[in-house]
Amino acid sequence: MSVPTLEVRGLAYAYPDGHQALFGVDLHVHAGERVALLGPNGAGKTTLVLHLNGILTAGAGTVAVNGLPVAKKNLQEIRRRVGIVFQDPDDQLFLGTVRQDVAFGPANLGVRGAELDRRVMAALDRVGMADFVDRPPHHLSFGQRRRVAVATVLAMEPEILVLDEPSSNLDPASRRELADILRGLDVTVLMVTHDLPYALELCPRSVVLSDGVVVADDATYDVLTDDELMRAHRLELPFGFDPRRIDSLPR
Amino acid sequence: MGAGHGHRLHFHGHSPVHRAPAHLKLLALVAFMLLVVATPRDWYPVFAAHLAVLLSVILVSRVPLRYLLPRMVIEVPFLLFALLVPFVAHGPQVEVLGVEVSEPGLLAAFALVVKGSLGVLASLTLAATTEPDEVLRGLQRLRMPALIVSIMGFMVRYLDVVTGDLARMTTAMRSRGCDPRSPRHWPTLARSLGALFIRSYERGERVHLAMLSRGYDGALPDLRRTP
Repeated sequence: MSVPTLEVRGLAYAYPDGHQALFGVDLHVHAGERVALLGPNGAGKTTLVLHLNGILTAGAGTVAVNGLPVAKKNLQEIRRRVGIVFQDPDDQLFLGTVRQDVAFGPANLGVRGAELDRRVMAALDRVGMADFVDRPPHHLSFGQRRRVAVATVLAMEPEILVLDEPSSNLDPASRRELADILRGLDVTVLMVTHDLPYALELCPRSVVLSDGVVVADDATYDVLTDDELMRAHRLELPFGFDPRRIDSLPR
Repeated sequence: MGAGHGHRLHFHGHSPVHRAPAHLKLLALVAFMLLVVATPRDWYPVFAAHLAVLLSVILVSRVPLRYLLPRMVIEVPFLLFALLVPFVAHGPQVEVLGVEVSEPGLLAAFALVVKGSLGVLASLTLAATTEPDEVLRGLQRLRMPALIVSIMGFMVRYLDVVTGDLARMTTAMRSRGCDPRSPRHWPTLARSLGALFIRSYERGERVHLAMLSRGYDGALPDLRRTP
């Protein structure tokens, strides 16, 4: 099989205060896949995400992106390859206009001039926010800011897009619009979420992280319908939602 | 979490004052302030001239005085201090409205009030006619160190976010029967300000993480020149 886009092997990590968050995580994501990372609060999902682009350094084990190991000397390239969209768009959009915010990542990679403009507009086009390019981000609605946050990362042309709780705090319409956008993107996606219907809708495959280890890695439908697994790891479907009663999923 | 509600100081317009380059306006403001401060306190006609110049700029900018004057309440603490001066200063006494006050004190208070008000009104005029982002660009053109300009940029960007946080915290306090205005609840208010500080600090850390994730290496790329 080809080199996986994301390869995590035996990853373990303890915080400086001694609290151990990950106990040997193995995870492979191949090009073009959309994978949901599920798990209860405190399972170590965010800790895992912060390892993917070298913000945290593995205590043991390795992370590689398209064969390139996450190590100090590769950080710049790793951060281009792995685009993380954080949960609160206000953390991600910190400059005066949408254009500057989207340009920030590619400019850090040394992109300048016309090429920078092209990347900014292309990224904003992909999330349907091109008309807002000269607006200050704090004047946008929450859903719009989330979409711009996705664009800030797309402008870096990443090989894998990592989304932390993409549907949180969105109204149903914005939630669906974001799903349409994500489905339309031609990138590999790893999506951390508590929103199980959203995972089923968008990601054919799900990985369940619980207490710092991977406890399941299977088709999302099979994970969500495995009642025993779900109960054991504090995963619950919203009231009235039953994956068995959905006849067709959007592709 | 809602979107910001626009500008508290900026007054939208297209007058020549609005269109003038920000760095020229900044230089003009600083020059004007220095001139006002350097004017001896008893040259009354000169102060009248300063005010006339300022008012004519405001007239040209078409920002209504009704918009600027309420925003001058920011200087009220200084005015209170100025009011005290004639009562506590030494020197020959004069009688004003039947109260004995110090003559040099009176003059000092007059100078403080006039110079302060001229300065505040001039700054408000700049703020009303120039977008915050333009002010930053102007500072950059005046060769203000990039680090200071970017710190000010962050301040402008997060002012709404932090005041929004504070507003939600006070709403939550009010909903639980605490009135932040009453002195009895000031200790609670102080604690919540502490919490706000921690929150903002943590947000700063998250922003930094998000910046690192996009390849930030310690120097902000120059993005302000992009069209």
